[in-house]
Amino acid sequence: MKERSIGFRRNIDLVVKALSGLAALTGIAFLVWILIVIVVKGLGAIRPEFFTQLPAPPMMPGGGLGNAILGTGIITTLATLIGVPIGLMAGIFLSEFGRDSFLAELVRYATNILMGTPSIIIGVFVYVIMVAPMGGFSGYSGSVALAIIMLPVVARTTEDMLNLVPDAVRESALALGAPRWKATVGVVFRAARTGLVTGSLLAVARVSGETAPLLFTALNSPFWPRSLSEPTANLPVTIFNYAMSPYVDWQAMAWGSSLLITTVILGITVLVRTILGRRKTT
Amino acid sequence: MITEHTAHEPDPNPQPLSGTGDDSLPGSEPIKIETRGLTFHYGHQQVLFENNLDVGANRVTAIIGPSGCGKSTHLRVYNRIFELYRNQRVEGKVLLDGRDIFHPEVDLLELRRKVGMIFQTPTPFSLSVFENVAYGLKLHYRMGRGEMAERVEGALHRAALWDEVKDKLNHSGTALSGGQQQRLCIARALAVQPEVILMDEPTSAIDPVATAKIEELIHTLKKDYTLVVVTHNMQQAARISDYTAFFYEGRIVEFGLTKKIFTRPDRKQTEDYITGRFG
Amino acid sequence: MGSYRGVQDRTFAGLATLSAGTVILLVVGIFVALLAGSGPSIREFGARFLFAQEWNPVSQQFGALSSIYGTLLSTGIAMVIAVPLSLIIALFLVELAHPAVSRVVGGAIELLAAIPSIIYGMWGLFVLAPVMARYVQPFIGKWAGDLPLFTGPPIGIGMLTAGIILALMILPFITSVTRDVFNMVPDVVKESAYGLGATTWEVTRQVTVRHGIMGIVGACFLGLGRAIGETMAVTFVIGNTHRISPSLFAAGNSIASTLANEFTEAAENLYLSSLIELGLVLFLITFLIQLAARIWLQRTRRKLGVTR
Repeated sequence: MKERSIGFRRNIDLVVKALSGLAALTGIAFLVWILIVIVVKGLGAIRPEFFTQLPAPPMMPGGGLGNAILGTGIITTLATLIGVPIGLMAGIFLSEFGRDSFLAELVRYATNILMGTPSIIIGVFVYVIMVAPMGGFSGYSGSVALAIIMLPVVARTTEDMLNLVPDAVRESALALGAPRWKATVGVVFRAARTGLVTGSLLAVARVSGETAPLLFTALNSPFWPRSLSEPTANLPVTIFNYAMSPYVDWQAMAWGSSLLITTVILGITVLVRTILGRRKTT
Repeated sequence: MITEHTAHEPDPNPQPLSGTGDDSLPGSEPIKIETRGLTFHYGHQQVLFENNLDVGANRVTAIIGPSGCGKSTHLRVYNRIFELYRNQRVEGKVLLDGRDIFHPEVDLLELRRKVGMIFQTPTPFSLSVFENVAYGLKLHYRMGRGEMAERVEGALHRAALWDEVKDKLNHSGTALSGGQQQRLCIARALAVQPEVILMDEPTSAIDPVATAKIEELIHTLKKDYTLVVVTHNMQQAARISDYTAFFYEGRIVEFGLTKKIFTRPDRKQTEDYITGRFG
Repeated sequence: MGSYRGVQDRTFAGLATLSAGTVILLVVGIFVALLAGSGPSIREFGARFLFAQEWNPVSQQFGALSSIYGTLLSTGIAMVIAVPLSLIIALFLVELAHPAVSRVVGGAIELLAAIPSIIYGMWGLFVLAPVMARYVQPFIGKWAGDLPLFTGPPIGIGMLTAGIILALMILPFITSVTRDVFNMVPDVVKESAYGLGATTWEVTRQVTVRHGIMGIVGACFLGLGRAIGETMAVTFVIGNTHRISPSLFAAGNSIASTLANEFTEAAENLYLSSLIELGLVLFLITFLIQLAARIWLQRTRRKLGVTR
């Protein structure tokens, strides 16, 4: 038996610590770099017209992405109206009715698969079941694609949050003679409200930058959204088209949109964190 | 298995203290750890107040007191494990075999090899039973497979666990029962040949039968090691220890032979505590 | 009154079950719809589709090999970069950094995980690709240019750049999950390793990582699943050519980038069908990855004696 040199062990420890500090610094430097570029390049495009006007043709000054901003708002709102209720109900099924049943296990498995399915596949799927049969791209199909992406996120959070509510709460509501649905909606939901709100917010944040599923569903449009049964302008696809274009002013618009989306998403994320943080401390 | 502890054969019946409440052992007892003026702060809060305590070699010293009295903190100074966390400050001297453990030349890793620790909850690593015991050995020593196996077996024997696990050395340590897990942790600590073993409420998460086994084990271990055991269970302190220190609000109220503390305590506070009449 | 309640309750339970059923229906529906949409292509090319390299809309010849190759290669590069880096950053955050630093940096990393992938892609195209072309690729070419892996002109876009962008995209994700896993290792377990005289690295390597291995591998699988189907981050920088080149500098494509670029342009039935079949292949790959993750987790659980 030989003793291992403590000096050697300490040196290895030091080297690893230095490396990990360096790696952390590198990783963080890249991420900060990305953020700075978004802000610096994006700020230049953010003017009042950016929010209110239609896009100008390339090489022409002025113009904005008002139509895409409005379109994204509409598509996302509709997606939320479809995705969140179904997701909530699916989560309720898992935690209140299904529990350990075979069906619930199957639903959980399907939820995981759906969560891991690349968003572009969802786009192709909606194309096959909606766009092709209906004969054209539409805002509706874009909303459906986003709703499908939100669905498993909301279902999973709902189940997790409802599982945190002790059974005693449910039982005491039922013991008072409340019907099952009132017990769930009134008592159980109230107990889990924060979690459900934050879960839905996160789902919105998750889809508001999604581009791939909109490429072959909502497509894009240079006009103000008039009807969701037509191709509808939206920010992510606009970013894609403009960034890939050779025109400098269009690229600038794409950066402006990136900044806008990033700000909204980071805003939602920070909001969620503060809500959850405040809840934890009280 | 070679035992490297050639220290004095411990006297099976320690003599009663002549003086009272002076926190020191009778002159005849060899001292393993000498604590002088130990003061401890968590941030701005002082939790230990200039405590003196002598830990006799090859003795079991119990530290008792109500929760929050600083008994665990005191124990966690002996292997400097408290240094893992920020905002903690210690003053005073702790001499292990006459050498200050805070001296810059004292190697922290070597100190912790010499002073092993057992925690409230069993803490097996997510490794096999064998690897758990070999973990510390591999840290400090380089040796062949044969010798390693021999030492692991030796440590498991000394922790009175060998017969129960010899057929499942490759099973995960986390799959053992609670009492077995705790003895696995003891074996893991013994494997690196410590001189002192600190136990922080070692049986508080374990059922009574397993507790009895561990108490028995503590008895046999004191032949080779010095033990300091923090416990909130006074009967346990009475059963296992030679000396007892009673902590209250960060101060050592009384220290002496366990027999004496539990039968004729000098201080009213001690008496109130051990008789359960604590305000 | 009682029966009225009963109806309400039954309606509620029925709605919940229906919603849950929708999830199953969607998964099955995706598979069936993609399969049906692939019909013409499957009939035309059969298994050859998977192994043919040629992808030519003019001559109506479609083979998925270059897209599959590109998908696997770019994901592979991303994982090789992102996994070790994430683990070591998580280690830094949990074990080394001052708590205040850890909180700020950890929060920033979580925020970055929420940034949409198209923005990573844009950054890759406008910022990283020029840097790669001007500095990184010539530098690598100078030292390792003899390897077939690093031949070709430094054009900036290509497999390597795509892999790096993907890595940056999944890095925050894997890091934050791993950090949570490290944080879940009880202090007392770490203390008992330190108590034996272990250094921080020794504790991490053998105790913390082993304790959280299931969570870490799970995080890596999730990151892998994200990278493999990621579209926008890759499409900007991969180059979009249907060619297989051993060089990491060369332009290529992935299943997702091919779909993003060509789907709306595919006028002919067979072309569209081949693209849908590409989607089917991607869906099956992600499905297999998830299945592998699940099986691995179950086996490890059993091995560790965790009954749950």
